[in-house]
Amino acid sequence: MNILTDLTIHEAHKLLKERKISSVELTDAFLENIDHLESKIHAFISVTPEIARSAAIKADKKYQENSASTLTGIPMQIKDVISSKGIKTTCGSNMLKDYIPTYDATVLSRLLDEGAILLGKGNMDEFAMGSSTENSFFYPTANPWNLNRVPGGSSGGGAAAVASGESIFALGSDTGGSVRQPAALCGITGLKPTYGLVSRFGLIAFASSLDQIGPMTRDVEDCAIILNAIYGKDINDSTSLNVTPADYTQSLDENIKGLRIGLPKEYFAEGIQTEVRESVLKAAELFKQAGAIVEECSLPLTKYSLAVYYVLAPSEASANLARYDGVRYGVTPTNPKNAWESIESTRGMGFGKEVKRRIMLGTYALSSGYYDAYYVKALKVRSLIREEFTNVFKKYDALLTPTSPTVAFPIGLKTHDPVAMYMNDACTLAASIAGIPALSIPCGFHDGLPIGMQIITTYLQESTALKLGYTYQKMTDWHIQRPQL
Amino acid sequence: MELEPIIGLEVHTQLLTKSKMFCLCDANYQIAEPNSKVCPVCMALPGSLPVINRQAIEFVIMTGLALNCSINEFTQFDRKNYAYPDLVKGYQISQYDFPVAYEGFLEIETDDQPHRIGITRAHLEEDVAKMQHNNDSTNGHTLIDLNRCGIPLMEIVSEPEISSPEQAREYLIKLQNIVRYLEVSTGDMEEGSFRCDANISLRPKGSKTLGTKVEIKNMNSFRSIHKALTFEIKRQTIAINNNEVIIQETRGWDEEKEITFSQRSKEFAHDYRYFPEPDLKPIKISKEHIENLKSSLPEMPQERRDRLIKNYNLSEYNAKLITSNKATADYFEACLTSHSSKSSQQIEIAKSIANWINTELAKLLNQTNTPIENIKISPKSLINLLNLIEKGTINSTQGKQVLEKMFDTGKSSEQIVEEENFSQISDLDSIRSIVKDIIVQHPDPVQDYANGKENAIGFLVGQVMKTSKGKADPKISKSLLIEEILSGTK
Ligand SMILES: [Zn+2]
Repeated sequence: MNILTDLTIHEAHKLLKERKISSVELTDAFLENIDHLESKIHAFISVTPEIARSAAIKADKKYQENSASTLTGIPMQIKDVISSKGIKTTCGSNMLKDYIPTYDATVLSRLLDEGAILLGKGNMDEFAMGSSTENSFFYPTANPWNLNRVPGGSSGGGAAAVASGESIFALGSDTGGSVRQPAALCGITGLKPTYGLVSRFGLIAFASSLDQIGPMTRDVEDCAIILNAIYGKDINDSTSLNVTPADYTQSLDENIKGLRIGLPKEYFAEGIQTEVRESVLKAAELFKQAGAIVEECSLPLTKYSLAVYYVLAPSEASANLARYDGVRYGVTPTNPKNAWESIESTRGMGFGKEVKRRIMLGTYALSSGYYDAYYVKALKVRSLIREEFTNVFKKYDALLTPTSPTVAFPIGLKTHDPVAMYMNDACTLAASIAGIPALSIPCGFHDGLPIGMQIITTYLQESTALKLGYTYQKMTDWHIQRPQL
Repeated sequence: MELEPIIGLEVHTQLLTKSKMFCLCDANYQIAEPNSKVCPVCMALPGSLPVINRQAIEFVIMTGLALNCSINEFTQFDRKNYAYPDLVKGYQISQYDFPVAYEGFLEIETDDQPHRIGITRAHLEEDVAKMQHNNDSTNGHTLIDLNRCGIPLMEIVSEPEISSPEQAREYLIKLQNIVRYLEVSTGDMEEGSFRCDANISLRPKGSKTLGTKVEIKNMNSFRSIHKALTFEIKRQTIAINNNEVIIQETRGWDEEKEITFSQRSKEFAHDYRYFPEPDLKPIKISKEHIENLKSSLPEMPQERRDRLIKNYNLSEYNAKLITSNKATADYFEACLTSHSSKSSQQIEIAKSIANWINTELAKLLNQTNTPIENIKISPKSLINLLNLIEKGTINSTQGKQVLEKMFDTGKSSEQIVEEENFSQISDLDSIRSIVKDIIVQHPDPVQDYANGKENAIGFLVGQVMKTSKGKADPKISKSLLIEEILSGTK
């Protein structure tokens, strides 16, 4: 194991700046680790060593010219749902296994502009639909803490890469928990920002009103560094927000004394593994010691999140995935009789089971005669859930919950039970539905597997969540634990 | 049983915006290489997102205002889901329950009767790709050109308040004229910038309930719309009189056979599964913005007609013809501007210009199916021709011939008069000698005239003109004829 691959972004940047290491050395260390570990972990769908090395050479030049920024020369993995110009972007699907985008997603070009180094593209559940990365067309990703366990999903590749030392950080996407839940299961830090804070341009759509790109990092400080690089208005994404410029690293070590933290009792009820519940409650105690006010509160509508989510997300997905007709990209049959046969077999071959299931769910929910009962009703409940959060945030600055009901489960355990799989996101869905930020950080272990807790704050209050997370990580060492590989 | 048709029209018109509806691609795609005006957004590459073209929204607001519509202060886009190879996203971004404009009307006239046709709504959507079906050059495949994908389309839906093919045609002509006056669309039907679908049903005259509705598609000209509706009325009338059930369906118009044919019945109708477009935020249109657009609307056909009547004393008939097409009205006013007349003469000149445009020029344009925008005769050139006639260099019969040559060649009237030896014979001696010959050759009409049948002189003038190949000045010819006849009878 190479010590370089254990660094955080802020540590690596310091060493690069002081010329103690070069970006080429750092990049090579990660590429070696990838070579060494990928056969076990499968965190990547594609690795781009040549691109990485030539970018590293450029990055070193920037350090020599003193024109480097915090991310210059820092290796990263990007989830394969994020478009990369000239580099295969598969979305974990047979449909796009040979698709090469002609443009970079806004987030990627922002990171590349900063001089970050692309190591490759992260494994994921097909079209980001799943909670275990087992729905990847290519291969499942293994949890670095226990290779027989899932890393969570859908951004399982990113979480596993960061945990195993195959990348310093990763970008994931989170529609109902896809950054937070794998972060929790792999013992890393993951943030789903406020909907609209980060541009979605170039992010292959699953559910447009819920999708949000977020950082997956080794600690909260790194998370703030990445958020600094990717947030902000993008003219190519009409739903991106025009926010006042902020430096998310600035307020990290502000005192949390007097901050009011709510523990919504619904998130500690039945279905939550005892050890998970206890770890989160212990963390709450630490916050109290640091001066925060911690109280139990209630979010009774949370229990409807799952139902709302599984109407809205598949509905949007059913339209978003209609473009895969095999004409401009995607797999095509060899000798179709006509256009319809061609489209049908493209979709038949190209999409996996879970994707087809969700397209059918969504098509059904939007169909005439069912639209009001499903889609319209789900929208109404969505606004009630938002309202409930607005009200609870009048009293609290943040909410503390488990991220996932359990620690990582064995590969194959839930693949035949979609509803059991959907339950993995029970704690993360509500924040997605409300469009508010939520941070997951490691807070313990059970059976050698990481436990994660979630800090939810109100609209655009990422800095409060990051501040709490940073304070917690100063008091604990869960986040510096590394798996033995 | 007497039946009456109930017709509603849906018009799709491409908007003349600089860029496409949801991306920055050039909207001027007609002459471009196939698949050259495209980007990730209009090609529906994975991960691309739409951004609303504000100019398109303004164009629909303007059209809505010109059609007496209310403008929604809250408008939004929706996804209309259906599968077809020309629809690259698998859904069309359109508008469902919050169109930009709603509840207006358009006033038309048929058989001198005014009719007010309600406008249900005007909304925005995006055009689809163009498909070229198997022919020799495509080797039996269907080719697809994405240049048209994402061109802004305005859909204008009328109430089912049109009761004849004539009214339908008038409605469309008027609507086309309005979008042209507003300069929001070329309104061109042949290029496909202005397309129309019709819904038609029949019911017993005086009945309040609507009959079964049939939708007719692919009509590519005002003529074919008129014909298709006439055919469909006949078809449905026969069916109803034979107690057959009219099926709710979509029918296509076969231009060659001049019949409608069944394309799709209601059982196979699409369920479009509309839902709000999550990639776009709803738009708020402020009252102030609407007022600004209202006050900057260009002059509309009716206003222009009134102005021409008021300023130039044009007849109602002439003014209506001139303004029924914006380009014609522009041409007319350009002619007036290039005429350096005193204002006292203007009324006279205006009348003359209008007459020439509405008769001779209109005839040439119609015969050759040329839009007036493409005419080779500049307004200045037409004025020069009128000046030659005024001065007596040529007569008006010659003028018509010169105009025809100008129309064909684009040459100036002076050049044609010189090259083709068109100048009028106005010297008395030459005409008198022709007149004398004619009097000798046609004793009967001469006698008739001498006996007081004044009409007979017309025939004789005609003969003089014929002999002189149209070059004799008809006024001089007439007075010389009279002079000679009267002197002969003395
Ligand atoms: Zn485009």
